[in-house]
Amino acid sequence: MANFFDRMLGRNNRNSGSGAKAKDRLKFVLLHDRIDLPPEKLAEMKEEILAVISKYVHIQRDRVDIALEQRERASQIVAQIPFEKSTEDAEKPADDVTPDESHADAPQSPQAASATNQNPTTPPEASPMDGDDDARIDIDDESVDRDIQ
Amino acid sequence: MGAKVITITSGKGGVGKTTTTANLGVALARLGKRVTVIDADIGLRNLDVVMGLENRIVYDIVDVIEGRAKVHQAMIKHKQFPNLYLIPAAQTRDKTALNPEDMVRLVDQLRVDFDYIVIDSPAGIEGGYRNAVAPADEVLIVTNPEVSAVRDADRIIGLLEAENKGPGRLVLNRLNPAMVRKGEMLSDEDVVDILRLQIIGIIPEDENVIPASNSGIPVILNDTSRAGKAFHHLALRVTGEDVPFMKLDEPPTLMRRFARLFGGRNGG
Repeated sequence: MANFFDRMLGRNNRNSGSGAKAKDRLKFVLLHDRIDLPPEKLAEMKEEILAVISKYVHIQRDRVDIALEQRERASQIVAQIPFEKSTEDAEKPADDVTPDESHADAPQSPQAASATNQNPTTPPEASPMDGDDDARIDIDDESVDRDIQ
Repeated sequence: MGAKVITITSGKGGVGKTTTTANLGVALARLGKRVTVIDADIGLRNLDVVMGLENRIVYDIVDVIEGRAKVHQAMIKHKQFPNLYLIPAAQTRDKTALNPEDMVRLVDQLRVDFDYIVIDSPAGIEGGYRNAVAPADEVLIVTNPEVSAVRDADRIIGLLEAENKGPGRLVLNRLNPAMVRKGEMLSDEDVVDILRLQIIGIIPEDENVIPASNSGIPVILNDTSRAGKAFHHLALRVTGEDVPFMKLDEPPTLMRRFARLFGGRNGG
């Protein structure tokens, strides 16, 4: 009879009891079981994804959302990464050190020039997110499981 | 051609694999099918006692594999259903006494003479489980509406997919409708939503199940048992019949009408 009144009052036990808790906990656990990647690795992957994208565009790090999601039985990584403008526009002066045609007067063969040309884009320590604490993506339970607010 | 081979597995122990195997076997035999059930839980033989055939064992599955007995010598005919046989597990050996190829060879010998071969898998995801799954045409994953059982079922489902034995179908055992209604248990919809697997049986928790295994008479032979009825429906679905799931929790009609009026959920 309590059930009847619950329904009359619009209460739904199924969403407040331990059954709902079990479902939430299972969904979270299984998401991670299925991807079979420890949380540190997951965090590392997210940082690397952002590092790559940051090479080309300015990411709005406080609005980044990278999460695991479940579609049927397959896991997928869903990323929302808002950005402002390309780093080319923003960091043109910084990139000026890049050897290119304008440095053709340097005493180098064209082959050597093009070889050094690749350097500025590759070193990992150039990652623009170092020290960007407040924008670090957390990978705790909520952020993985929850949609973007 | 010949028999369809169905392996009953779960990952977690104690969820009702053996009970499901015994009842499915008896149910299929009662439908007139020629059935062999195989206990693949080497070292932890149990299907024989659940089916009440324990005192008639002479040879077991390892005797057959190791050549001490012919298959038909190890097959125990059921007293009540002459078209139902059991091949018992060995009790004094372990899972290393068999390998998947042995199992496939053994089962292939039986295919021509039977309609269904139901294999009771041991718990776990190791050798014993692999032996049981190797000859399967279809795998039924038994689980309970509990976090640990569902998690293990998910693991098994993943392994089956990886071994191309998937997707399998789900048997949700020991569902307590009253607890689901109170919100204190995962519902069948919840479990399907989590595991994303087709469900082929929902067996309600039933006080008749333990007395049935106590006496070695599978609960399906108890006409008043709801679990027995649910196992019967499971068997019908295995044969390809489209049987609607029984309403496990029907509130009185008036109440349901009110519930609908107020946007509440329908029971069961």
